[in-house]
Amino acid sequence: MDWQALALTLRLATATTAILLAIAVPLAALLVLGRGRWLAAVEALAALPLVLPPTVLGFFLLVLLGPRTAIGRGITGLLGHPLAFSFSGLVVGSVIYSLPFAVQPLVAGFAAVESSLVDAARLLGASSSRVVFSLLVPLARRSLVAAAVLSFLHTVGEFGVVLMLGGDIPGATRTLSIVLYNQVENFDYAAANRTAAILLGLSVVALAAIYLTGQIRGGRRA
Amino acid sequence: MLELALNARRGSFHLEVECRLTSDWTVIFGHSGAGKSTLLRLLAGLDRNARGETAQGRVTLDGSILTDTARGVWSRPGRRRTSLVAQQPSLFPHLSVEANVAYGLAGLDRVIRANRVAEMLELVDATDLVSRRPQDLSGGQAQRVAMARALAPGPSLLLLDEPFSALDGTASDALVDRLQVWLRANGVQTVLATHDATDAFSTGAEVALLREGRLVAVGPAAEVLLDERERIAHRLMTP
Repeated sequence: MDWQALALTLRLATATTAILLAIAVPLAALLVLGRGRWLAAVEALAALPLVLPPTVLGFFLLVLLGPRTAIGRGITGLLGHPLAFSFSGLVVGSVIYSLPFAVQPLVAGFAAVESSLVDAARLLGASSSRVVFSLLVPLARRSLVAAAVLSFLHTVGEFGVVLMLGGDIPGATRTLSIVLYNQVENFDYAAANRTAAILLGLSVVALAAIYLTGQIRGGRRA
Repeated sequence: MLELALNARRGSFHLEVECRLTSDWTVIFGHSGAGKSTLLRLLAGLDRNARGETAQGRVTLDGSILTDTARGVWSRPGRRRTSLVAQQPSLFPHLSVEANVAYGLAGLDRVIRANRVAEMLELVDATDLVSRRPQDLSGGQAQRVAMARALAPGPSLLLLDEPFSALDGTASDALVDRLQVWLRANGVQTVLATHDATDAFSTGAEVALLREGRLVAVGPAAEVLLDERERIAHRLMTP
């Protein structure tokens, strides 16, 4: 069992989920509460990773963050190392790749909150951020849990973006999915079974958490 | 004093209202679909232009401009010193009654906030509900709490969109009487939208008659609602 890869995968998924929630909550609130046609373009952009092949996304990011672009050179100058083929690069790629899995449950949850409650809060002087954090987030708790779990699981199971952007560097970019791929390539099916079982176990536990949250809340609307 | 000149479209519905409301208690009377709720929402600053909707005009309260679309002014709800209580109480379901009433008092000292909440709950006769959740309240209790929540921040203009519908007649009359005294004492101008002519007659208010989005008359209830009075009398006398 590659414990180093397991730890790296969990670290990557945790960091990605935390960053995603920090981005997705205000973004989903903007999509639900905001007005203007430009929001449709933002929504489409946020959903793009759903339809974009992971290898294509990984390739674009590899080029964008590499030494041939001004952005890549700027980041290298700032961090002292290129983002490509590093753990930080994987986090950036994972955040972009899993963005729709965090945004879409939150959009659904926030949109299900009655608009009259939002109106009432605004009339009582609540700022947009207070409406989000005192009203939308508590009333859409189940969607928040779903967004976190889906983001986490999607990152744990990520392969194409990781391979393209991070390669296979032990301790830096080798995640469980890469380990599984290597084990299968080496015909080590016993080890591959164990790795796959861990990935499966993580998925089952996380999904059970979503459904358990729903039951604890008595099936109340998210 | 509330001055308004509003022109709004909501799909095929067209609201065009221009008037000056000087009375401290005005009833906007109109049947369903006359535009009462649309008018109150515009006054509260809740509806701005959206797809298929336009709203233009000017609203001033005691000389302060709340809306002036020609000059690009549209004060946010919550900055208009205006509260709205609708037919649906819309209490925050995850907060206690106390937290609901205190919601609009953010930034105040804890003791002052607690005192204000207690004062408002006493006004609407809901002191015993303080720690309950909205889902544990009856319709009438929820409307009382919604009223306390709306009054807590100390608005200058109170908009009521048939908020007493869940109260029985006696309870409603008693609450309205108590509210009128308190609102007058605190200088709060009130606009009550209703389709029930008895509300207009019983409160002895200035009445603005709204019909298909147009304000057709403003004056004492006995004059403006003459037809309604005759219709009610006819209904009562018909076996």
